[in-house]
Amino acid sequence: MNRRSCFSMPLRLFWIAAVCGTMLLCVCVGSVAIPLTETLQVFRGLLSGVPSSSTFGSIILSIRLPRVLCVALVGASLSVCGCAMQGLLRNPLADGSTLGVSAGASLGAVLALALGFQIPGLRYGATMLSAMFFAFLSLLLILSLAYLLDKTLETTSIILIGVIFSMFASSVMSLIITFAGERIRSITFWTMGSLSGSTYVQAIVLCAALILCYAILRLHAEELNAFAISEENALHIGVNVRLVKLIVLITVSVLIGVCVSIGGSISFVGLVVPHMLRMIFGPNHDRLLPCSLYGGAVFLMLADLAGRTVLSPVELPIGVVTSLVGAIVFVVIFYRSRKGRA
Amino acid sequence: MDHLLNVVNVSVSLQKKEILHDISFSLDPGSILMLVGPNGAGKSTLLSAISGSLPFEGSVEIKGKNIRSLSRQQIARSMGLLMQRNSGSFDYTVEDIVRLGRYASRTHPFSRSGSSDEKVLQAMEITGVDSLRSHSMRTLSGGELQRAFLAQVFAQDPDILLLDEPANHLDFLYQKDIFALIDRWRREPSKAVLCVVHDLALARKYADRVLLLHHGQCAALGTPASVFTRDRLQEIYGMDVHAWMQALYAQWEEPDPEL
Repeated sequence: MNRRSCFSMPLRLFWIAAVCGTMLLCVCVGSVAIPLTETLQVFRGLLSGVPSSSTFGSIILSIRLPRVLCVALVGASLSVCGCAMQGLLRNPLADGSTLGVSAGASLGAVLALALGFQIPGLRYGATMLSAMFFAFLSLLLILSLAYLLDKTLETTSIILIGVIFSMFASSVMSLIITFAGERIRSITFWTMGSLSGSTYVQAIVLCAALILCYAILRLHAEELNAFAISEENALHIGVNVRLVKLIVLITVSVLIGVCVSIGGSISFVGLVVPHMLRMIFGPNHDRLLPCSLYGGAVFLMLADLAGRTVLSPVELPIGVVTSLVGAIVFVVIFYRSRKGRA
Repeated sequence: MDHLLNVVNVSVSLQKKEILHDISFSLDPGSILMLVGPNGAGKSTLLSAISGSLPFEGSVEIKGKNIRSLSRQQIARSMGLLMQRNSGSFDYTVEDIVRLGRYASRTHPFSRSGSSDEKVLQAMEITGVDSLRSHSMRTLSGGELQRAFLAQVFAQDPDILLLDEPANHLDFLYQKDIFALIDRWRREPSKAVLCVVHDLALARKYADRVLLLHHGQCAALGTPASVFTRDRLQEIYGMDVHAWMQALYAQWEEPDPEL
């Protein structure tokens, strides 16, 4: 195997260390600073089966750790989704938020909340399913509209349709919120993207979805490479183009749906992280997908940390932070790719 | 015995307009058939239909098996296509591109192309891109990129090579190299080439047989000498092609030492 393009052991260790380090940092820093030694003690206690009963222990275990875990998992998920979509569509600006998939998923979630759909036994089950379904539906709609506009699925036409669809979805959402009244007041905050008050249950759901979807995408790394070079070329080297496209799109929709139903729409993570990592580690998905997985986790944990600490005690929703960073990076990428073509 | 490639009554319609009408021909091992004809005659369309990227009527058989009953992977194992234009939007290396040629031969999704390294190296060597193996595809010239994708098709190791104007937009040196490579490749056992060319002189030099297309129909099929008759070309191209060729090339025959 090509040495330059594989995910080598040292690289894996580097990323695992980076994720663990960031996680530790995010657990320690906050409105109440917790010394590193205390934090390590809490974890040691947890591992040996004797949970610490100190104040620090309860802050870490019941507030910060579940939140940090959820943030890391959402970051990894969104970034992997962005990476897969960029490869599949041969488009460095593709991502759940630019394509309008996140908006579609939000709409689905809001709809489920407003109509009071419930699946007995699972508190967020209906919201989640509805978000996934709408994510897939909107992805399908956007891609077919873009395809009608131009058959090559050109960057600009996809993004144009994505933006229009996002506006449409958010206006429908506002409509629903207006009429639903009291029932979903918290939704306005939630649509901006927030992971405060996350629970371990949510972390487990996220983790399960991520493992499943990541495994599927990872198995299609070679196909994604072929797509990223050109879809026609992929067909001729023997890729079942239609099937692979459908598998990847469904997988991505499921993962984005789960993320959105838990954390709201957190934009630009899937755009910025894979793009920056591609510049460093190259476009080969055998290597880029795992890098995006870890890199997304690190990025979103840091964004969340910034949101919690920069204007403390005021807490910025995480989506605001990522949008701030992302919008700037988006413009830079867009200009660079335009210039590259001229 | 079955032909390597058997094309029977293939018709293609796009947006209710018939682009190709009832094309039939076959290809046997060791042969090289070139598709020629004026612009818009349907040469590339025919190639797309045969390679399975366009819907068509009629049948295409590879070694006696209908292409519709084969998976994309099976098709790719016996048929490889070099497109007219290749481009890329990411920084894939030449080696990445060539390695993808082994996709069709992998047995399960976990197997990466490790075991078939030799074919990849060989393909890069004969196309002369081994010195470029770690270069990004975006930094390559048109000729280098075309050779990288030719290496990909060679790594794919198909029986039938489909080429869509392989040397278009390329310098003479690349043109010569590419046709020399293709000519050598088809002499290996059970290989055959189907190639679209614009340049009748190239067809005359390299083809065993040519298929002359005109308005989506087969105007003639046979050896270059029998197909390229003065009257026929006059009728199809609307000009005296022979006189033009002679005018073009006569001046090159004997360079005047005085000049």
